[in-house]
Amino acid sequence: MYTQALDAPQPPSAPTDERERLERFQARIDADEKIEPKDWMPEAYRQTLIRQIAQHAHSEIVGMLPEGNWITRAPSLRRKSVLIAKVQDEGGHGMYLYSAAETLGVARGELVAQLLIGRAKYSSIFNYPTLTWADIGTIGWLVDGAAIMNQIPLCRCSYGPYARAMVRICKEESFHQRQGYEIMLTLAGGSAEQRAMAQDALNRWWWPSLMMFGPSDTDSKHTAQSMRWKIKRFTNDELRQRFIDATVPQAEYLGLMVPDPELRWDETTGHYVHGPIDWSEFHAVLKGDGPCNRERLAARRAAHEAGRWVREAAAAYAEKQAASARDAQAG
Amino acid sequence: MSPAAEPARAPASVEDRFEYVLRLGDTSLIAAQRLGALLGHGPALEEDLALGNIALDLLGQARLLLALAGRIEGRGRDEDALAFLRDAGQFRNMALAEQPDGDFAETIVRQCLLDAWRLETYESLAGSQDRELADIAEKALKECRYHWRFSAGWLVRLGDGTAESHARTCAALEKLWRFTDELLSADALDARMAVCGIGPAPALIRERWETRVSAALAEAKLERPAHRHYPWHGKRGVHTEHLGHLLAEMQFLPRAYPGVSW
Repeated sequence: MYTQALDAPQPPSAPTDERERLERFQARIDADEKIEPKDWMPEAYRQTLIRQIAQHAHSEIVGMLPEGNWITRAPSLRRKSVLIAKVQDEGGHGMYLYSAAETLGVARGELVAQLLIGRAKYSSIFNYPTLTWADIGTIGWLVDGAAIMNQIPLCRCSYGPYARAMVRICKEESFHQRQGYEIMLTLAGGSAEQRAMAQDALNRWWWPSLMMFGPSDTDSKHTAQSMRWKIKRFTNDELRQRFIDATVPQAEYLGLMVPDPELRWDETTGHYVHGPIDWSEFHAVLKGDGPCNRERLAARRAAHEAGRWVREAAAAYAEKQAASARDAQAG
Repeated sequence: MSPAAEPARAPASVEDRFEYVLRLGDTSLIAAQRLGALLGHGPALEEDLALGNIALDLLGQARLLLALAGRIEGRGRDEDALAFLRDAGQFRNMALAEQPDGDFAETIVRQCLLDAWRLETYESLAGSQDRELADIAEKALKECRYHWRFSAGWLVRLGDGTAESHARTCAALEKLWRFTDELLSADALDARMAVCGIGPAPALIRERWETRVSAALAEAKLERPAHRHYPWHGKRGVHTEHLGHLLAEMQFLPRAYPGVSW
């Protein structure tokens, strides 16, 4: 509901004082000032941020599921401990991000309700299954790696609470990325079966990871306005290219093959050139037809439903406590 | 009160020390495995994070204890060999720890009854004559105090919340209470460990556990279920059917791909 139509320019008939306010707002952005919750902001800026921060928060929460899928099967106690801590960090990120969204005047409950009825989006990557232990390494390496590429520029985002939340999140994400790569190093240096497991995971996660940066610039709905507002600092294609340039040598170091027969190094540009991305898959997953969309939403709904009586009990208890405190005061 | 205050006594046998530390380590490990499965599925984000924290603490305790058990045994088994390459009958955890998560009331009741036991046990073990065990207990104590605050806090909110939460919590207590027999009945090993100053005096643990749990139940407006004799004790390797399934899942990778590192 927050998307579409947001990029529409202000109507030329906007009253003069409104236009002046917009100009002053843009001037603050251009001067790299941070916008804070109580500052005036255009409604479309607010809605764009709510949409983006909420999607990000939902992605963290839904993202707990594919990785949580391996907590009970982690192959050593150290790996189990690191994985629990990681999944817990994702929950923590979700919490700061919902709080950042709340500073824009929307309640967490409302955002969660949007997710549960299937109206809100979250990162399409989490609709892919985690089939082997190598997927846990690959998610850390590629998915957290892609997230970092996307998120480091957000530490300089024009909206203060979001930028500050991102500073902490990025620190933790880069830790996760190193942990993921370390799992891959162990597998790649392990038995033939472990190496095959690592290659299979790279084959399945490579393209979905590239899709995490969103549609190509020519098809991206929100890029231009978000760049003007410094919500976004680089385009989808720029970030995707950076990710590929950083990741291909890491795959080579692991002795794994990137599953793109057209991938080549271009001497003149100093960048890798990659084969075409299957955007029909991206759009299908986004629309709900990915391998795990149903399961992910069903798991969130089941937790929410199973927790209803618990939340009601906590509220009832708090109410009883408050009532007895009132009685004590009155008495 | 603490065992350390007693004069030095005959040392415990390696077998006794190994078995005793396994009881503690396995109970934490199996409880962590149960809680770890809940991460991402809790009733609210805050509870998800809290249960994840508790799982991490328990796993940390389990790793220290299993590593210590391996050193005591002296046969080269490390924490992973002990966790992943023993079958159910060799596990020494309290059977309460292996009970399924159930609904949130069952999770909380299970945690609460075990947390009270762990808190009292570690409080006492912090003065153990076994220095390594005493150090682990001392570190774990701070965590155990928080675990108890969390689980007892929820026991009270659920017991004194709505009619539904009260009924669910009563049902959970009724279902799980028989497993408290094991927490409080000292067997010959518990007695020997107390005599040699390593383990706590069983009567002391029972008394303190009773006081702590009774107070929480009273505040939660919950009836204490009647005592039931239940002599099938996990700490002696006699488990419920649940443990085999839990281990089948937990141990799958090291069993399917033996001899490699992860």
